[in-house]
Formats: sequence, C-alpha cells, structure tokens
Amino acid sequence: MPEKKEVEFRAKGFVYKKIPFLGAFTFIVLIVLLEIGTRYNYISDLTLPRPSGVFAAFVELYDSGLLFEHLIPSFTRLVVGSCLGIFLGIIIGILIALFSTLRASFLPLISALFPVPKIALLPLFVIWFGIDEGSKYALIALGTFTPTVIATYAAVDNVDRNLIRMGQSFGLSWMSIVKNIILPGSLPGILSGIRISLAIGIILLVAAEMLGASYGIGAYVLEAGSLYDLERLFVGVSILSAMGVFLSYLVALLEKKLLSWRN
Amino acid sequence: MDLHIENISHSYEKLDVLKDINLLIKEKEIVCIVGPSGCGKSTLLRLIGGLEKPSSGKVMQVGEPSTTSLNPLTYIFQDFALLPWKNVYDNIALVLENHNLSKSEIDSIIKDVLKRTKLSNFEKALPKQLSGGMKQRVAIARALSVKPSVLLMDEPLSALDSQTRELLLEDLISLWEKEKFTAVYVTHNLSEAVRLGHKIVVLGNRPGQIQKIIDINIPLKERKNHRLELDEKQKELWDMMRDEALNADKEILHA
Repeated sequence: MPEKKEVEFRAKGFVYKKIPFLGAFTFIVLIVLLEIGTRYNYISDLTLPRPSGVFAAFVELYDSGLLFEHLIPSFTRLVVGSCLGIFLGIIIGILIALFSTLRASFLPLISALFPVPKIALLPLFVIWFGIDEGSKYALIALGTFTPTVIATYAAVDNVDRNLIRMGQSFGLSWMSIVKNIILPGSLPGILSGIRISLAIGIILLVAAEMLGASYGIGAYVLEAGSLYDLERLFVGVSILSAMGVFLSYLVALLEKKLLSWRN
Repeated sequence: MDLHIENISHSYEKLDVLKDINLLIKEKEIVCIVGPSGCGKSTLLRLIGGLEKPSSGKVMQVGEPSTTSLNPLTYIFQDFALLPWKNVYDNIALVLENHNLSKSEIDSIIKDVLKRTKLSNFEKALPKQLSGGMKQRVAIARALSVKPSVLLMDEPLSALDSQTRELLLEDLISLWEKEKFTAVYVTHNLSEAVRLGHKIVVLGNRPGQIQKIIDINIPLKERKNHRLELDEKQKELWDMMRDEALNADKEILHA
C-alpha cells in the first residue's frame, strides 16, 4: 500500500483582504505612543509636540472662533481654484485627445508647463491678478489644470478602439460617439486624474497662503512655524490632511456613483 | 442588395495583406470566409463594411438595400463590443438613436429583437452580469435591430466555449430560416463554416488570395442530418488549408 498524503495548499497570500478598523488602530497606537513618549520625556518637547497639547491647541483655535476664519478662505480658494483648473483641464484634455491639430500644437506646451513648480510663478500671477484672491485662484487652477489635461487625454486615448469602431459601424454621429462612448469610457482615468490634481491643489493652496495671506490654514501654519510653536503647527497640518482625506472621499463617492458599471 | 468585391488589394505600409480579391455576395446567402490566421480575413470584412479603405479595388453595392434598413452593412464583432456602462436595453437603443424614430417605435423594435434572441428578461442587465454567450446574443439583437441588409460577422463565436458556440450556431440558423438575411461570416473554425455557409471562400496565406470557393447546396436546417457530407467538405477544406496553416505558423515564428 503506497503512502496516502493530502495535496498541500500552495496558493497562499497575494490576495487582498479587507480588515476593518486596523487603519484607525494604527493612528491610535501612534498617538498613544507619542503621548507616553513625550509625557515621560523619552521624546523631548522640542522634537515632537505632545498629542494632547496639539488637541488643546485645536480646541483653543476653535474656541477663539479663528478656526473657521482660517478654514473658510482656504476651502474657498481650494474649491474655486481646483474646480476651475479641473473643469478647463477636462475640456482641453478631451479636445487635445480628439483633434490631431490641437494635440500637435498644444501638447508640447502643456508638457513643458507640467513639470514647472507652479509656486515659482506666483509673483507673475500677483502682477496679473492682484495680491488678493485672484492670484491664489490662478495658481491653484494652473496647478490642477496640467495634471488633469494629461490624465484626461491619456484616458481618452485609452478608450477601447473597438467600441469606437462599433459606433462608427452603426453610423453613429460624431457627437453621439463622443457622448456615449468616449466620455464614459474615459471617466475612470479622468477621476483618478482628479484625485492627483486635488492633492496638488492642497500643496499649492498652502504655498500660496504662506507667501501672502493673513487668513488661511497656510498662513496659520506659517505663523506657528515661524514661532516654532509645534502644537499649532501640527494642528494646521492635521487640518490639511483631513481636508485631503475628505476630498478624496468625495471623489471616491463620485467614482462609486459614476462607475458602478465596473465592478 | 448584392455586394460585388472588385479587384481588392490591400497593404499596410509595405506589408501586402490581400491581393486581387474578386467575390460576389448574393442576397440572402451566407458566405463564409476561412483561412489560416493572419491571412487577412478580418481585414477583408472591414473593407466590405467600409471600416477600412482598400489600397486598390472597390466594394460595390448592387441594387438598393431595403428601405426599412437603418444600417445596411452591420457588424457583429468577436469581442461583442457592448458598452459596459449601458444595460442591454440602452446598448440597443444607442444604435437606433440617430434615425428619427419615436420612443415607442424604438421600444417596440428593442422588445422584438430581444424576444427573437431570447433575452426579454435581461433588458436591465449590465454586460458584466451576462455570460459570454448572452453578451453575443445581445450583440446579435443589436445588429438585428437596425434591420441590416448584410450582416458582417467577424469570428462571432470564437470567444465562446464549445457548448455555447453550438447553441448560438443553431440560433443563427433558426434566425436565418425565419427571416433570410445576407451574411459574410469570417471564421477559422471549419465546422462552423460548413454548418452555416452557402458558399465557403478559402483564403491563402499572406497576401491573402482566394484559393477556392466551395458551394454547399444542402439547406441550412437539414445540415444536422448530413453529418457525413459535411465532414467530407470539412476534410476537403482542411486538406486545402493544412499546408497554408503550417506555413502561416512558420511565418509568425520568423516575424
């Protein structure tokens, strides 16, 4: 009788499993460790702020009524600037992808603009649009515009050629092909472009506010930073991070709604 | 409406794909085009329906397509080409949209083709929810909805498993029996060709040339009972193609 042995299961790992609450747990552990570390002087007050201190600074900011004085202008700048940039970016991206002449004339220009750190152009925008909100809107708009254009045009380029050919074979009009095939087909790529654009938008928001604003999270962070007030600095940074998470949550909602046909 | 393919040659850059193709496609006849991979079968089909321009030669329509036809030359693709973001109903509605039809006319056409393809219960389903065979039936329904004069089918069953293929082949035959249509059917599957073709065109290796045209005179619905004769035809076709297929294989190795 030959020996009998069960075949070993070998397809272990490399499968993504959803584990709820573990992400939040990481935050809590980190914060608790910092709290203990700073309280018992394992970590000096000068290197990292105490989490409870950061929270106290946040409460203080809220109580003073300044939280919204900073938050509202920042949010407005971000929303106006990035909506402008993303909206124009999607339109120009689609046009560039669809018309060879436009692509040949403008893609090199946009590719040249893409790697320029937009913050370097702030003085120029101040001359053009004034020291107030205009220059900040323009900066954020330009910063979100270029990545959106590039993502959009790549997304349109990636739409399944067979579907376009199908549309042509049924005699659909040009507009109908764009509306029914190209736009929905490029939506996944456009939305992931928007995510990146929004992150860039937040960076530029802070940069613009650091260079010239009396109110705004960026101004608040700069002020705290120049006083080496780490607690308030961390309050500002946390607010920025929350802003980013919130926006990317909005994009995720949008994806869920618009791309339900995917999975 | 007949189609005349006159002296078509086609090349991509310097690569000759098709050479001196002359072919007559008669009304209500199914013409199968077979040949080794890379011989230009699918290219020929794209040329016939105007999805590509031949380097030389012409495809002529002889006679007027039926006045009720919304899209005389209609394709069925190997990969189904359904829009994943539209449900079954809307996928069909899309191709009816540019024809000045009222909502109720569109609705009755869709209901009718879905019934003919046995899909009535799946109007609201998204393509991802359907099996391969059902997806292709949706594509067939969509093609029927525009009342084509000629159906151009590019390996419509090749992406399906063999059971589904057999069922769909029977569906195609019964659709044709109920309402005769003209079709050009490209396939590499010889048994499909002998089951479905009134005429089988054998293309040789690149540049694709017509090697032979075989007629099969057994009516489509009786073919199931003539396995022997069909097997013989199929063997005849295979003998003709074997060397070409072998050569085609080598060519890909050397490419």
